[in-house]
Amino acid sequence: MPEPAAQATLRVRNLRKAYRDVVAVDGLDLDVRRGECFGLLGPNGAGKTTTIEICEGLTEADSGEVELLGMRWDTHAHELRERLGIQLQETQLSEKLTVMETVRLFRSFFRCGPGAAEVIALVQLEEKQRSRVGGLSGGQKQRLAIACALVGDPEFLFLDEPTTGLDPQARRQLWELIERFKLAGRTILLTTHYMDEAERLCDRVAIMDHGKVIALGTPRELIASLGAEHLVEFSAGGAGRALDVSALDGVDGVRDVRAANGSVSMQVTELHRAVPALLAELARQQVPLTELRTHSATLEDVFVTLTGRHLRDE
Amino acid sequence: MSDTTAVPEVRVREAAGRRPAGGGMADHPLVQLTLVRFREFVREPEALFWVFIFPVLLAAGLGVAFRNRPPEVLKIAAVTAELAQSLGGEKLLDVRQFSYAAAEEALRTGKVALMAEPGPGGAVVYRYDDTNPEGRTARMLADRAVERAAGRSDPVPASDRLMREAGSRYIDFLVPGLLGMNLMGSAIWGMGFAIVDARRKKLIKRMVATPMPRHYYLLSFLLSRLLLLVVEVGVLLGFGVLVFGVPLHGSLVDLMALCVLGSLSFCALGLLVASRARTIEAASGLMNAVMLPMWIVSGVFFSAQRFPDLVQPVIKALPLTAAIDALRANMLQGSSLAQLAPQAAILGAWLVVCFTLALKLFRWR
Repeated sequence: MPEPAAQATLRVRNLRKAYRDVVAVDGLDLDVRRGECFGLLGPNGAGKTTTIEICEGLTEADSGEVELLGMRWDTHAHELRERLGIQLQETQLSEKLTVMETVRLFRSFFRCGPGAAEVIALVQLEEKQRSRVGGLSGGQKQRLAIACALVGDPEFLFLDEPTTGLDPQARRQLWELIERFKLAGRTILLTTHYMDEAERLCDRVAIMDHGKVIALGTPRELIASLGAEHLVEFSAGGAGRALDVSALDGVDGVRDVRAANGSVSMQVTELHRAVPALLAELARQQVPLTELRTHSATLEDVFVTLTGRHLRDE
Repeated sequence: MSDTTAVPEVRVREAAGRRPAGGGMADHPLVQLTLVRFREFVREPEALFWVFIFPVLLAAGLGVAFRNRPPEVLKIAAVTAELAQSLGGEKLLDVRQFSYAAAEEALRTGKVALMAEPGPGGAVVYRYDDTNPEGRTARMLADRAVERAAGRSDPVPASDRLMREAGSRYIDFLVPGLLGMNLMGSAIWGMGFAIVDARRKKLIKRMVATPMPRHYYLLSFLLSRLLLLVVEVGVLLGFGVLVFGVPLHGSLVDLMALCVLGSLSFCALGLLVASRARTIEAASGLMNAVMLPMWIVSGVFFSAQRFPDLVQPVIKALPLTAAIDALRANMLQGSSLAQLAPQAAILGAWLVVCFTLALKLFRWR
């Protein structure tokens, strides 16, 4: 009976938002299904935060529609606030309060939800509940921010770059936390510019660039859309002996060849055939190999293929 | 889209985990917000110093510097023993006998105010500087003593009754002034810095993303201010009354009401100052621009009457002038609240205008 779009618990149509001199969001459509973890992936300045803040009812769009849990911001703002959990990118919680005081404050704003101690246990900050926020590590502060998003037992959780600036261990801890919410059946919309984060956490990913969605699908689908499972990067040659790159197009199992800054990047379907063939070609041209790397294709490669730029370049 | 699509979805987890907050009043958002304000203030030692200790130190320092001294005893020089003896009858003169040259030297260097020397035929010659008030006073006292010692009796009997009442001293003038200044400073600084800091840290934006009613956020600032006011006013007034004997002629209830009204007006002004600023620098510039003129013209340390008549209407319309005038009239003259209606009206007008403007302008992100 319901068409796929009607199942969406967040439905965004033709969203536009321009600031004085830049178009931040340029005709964006999104459908987030109930119970899924949806990722907005893109470089800084792609419009991720503007998009998520419009969905959170914090920023007004110039035009377009947002429908969330079957409601709209202009008619059901208060009801929506009761049912959303929000973590903002740059919030600094008051440093002079303790963890417990902070969570109790946020808990007091919501009609229903778990107790403060319960939420603190959920984000594993029990030992720190009497410590001042100012004394917490970056990862602990971020877990506290997520605790503050959970006090209303939200149906929909917005996480804006939850792990930016954290060390690898703190990131992994936070990922485990987010995975537990997924298991609890909450819908999550998260933004990130880490491809590994999106690959690990998200059921579906929209890759954004310049305020638009340029690719949409599960991480596996997006990677498969490259038509190549591996990437081979190498540098070859040296003084006086230049490599004839065009000859590489004919090499067995190679789909696409790009040369930039003296190194060559090839998309490859079958590694076990392409690498020997590459070595044979180099030997034929008598060009020495100086560097050779291979890796499985990632969302980063999808982004590079679509835009010619790296996610973290800018 | 028809209206029916706006009906909220059925809750996913109706039973599990969702329950109303227990804890009663303590978990009311307004109580929690006010507690947070209070905790943030108390955990900032510098703020405690400036709000509670500094005004007391200032009152103590100025009170000691401008305290009323007992009437001064004037030093004079007499050249002969007879003169020294007849002058010694006057309590307000400290008479020393010097040689002629030494007396001249003492007069020239200001160590004595007057020098008495015998003239021809039992006469007395007073040498002093008639442009110096001390010299003139010494001349009168010395002459009276000499004449009385020689047997003069005054035809009209006269006696003195001394007025040294509390309430007319500088410290009495100063304490209500400092109280008004403190009400203004703590309200404007307290509101201004806390709000702008929360805005800078995106904390206001984060609060607005919850179902918290926005007016609770602003109300919590007023409530915590009123709580602190009790302590703040108590400390300064207690110090003034106990240490310097500053009088409280008016009703204490009226005084408290004036303090509350004044503080609320300054809070509204502080809210207005903090309504747009995004950085601490911008906010402190604005706060200084608002407060500095009032510190000078509103009669904290000296009477506002000293400024020209032309600007008096402007000075009178300032909230700090109104607050200090009302506090002084209550404490020193015992004026009732009804007599202070003009000042109260000025404070009320500032409260309403600033609060309304601030609500319109407030930047919630």
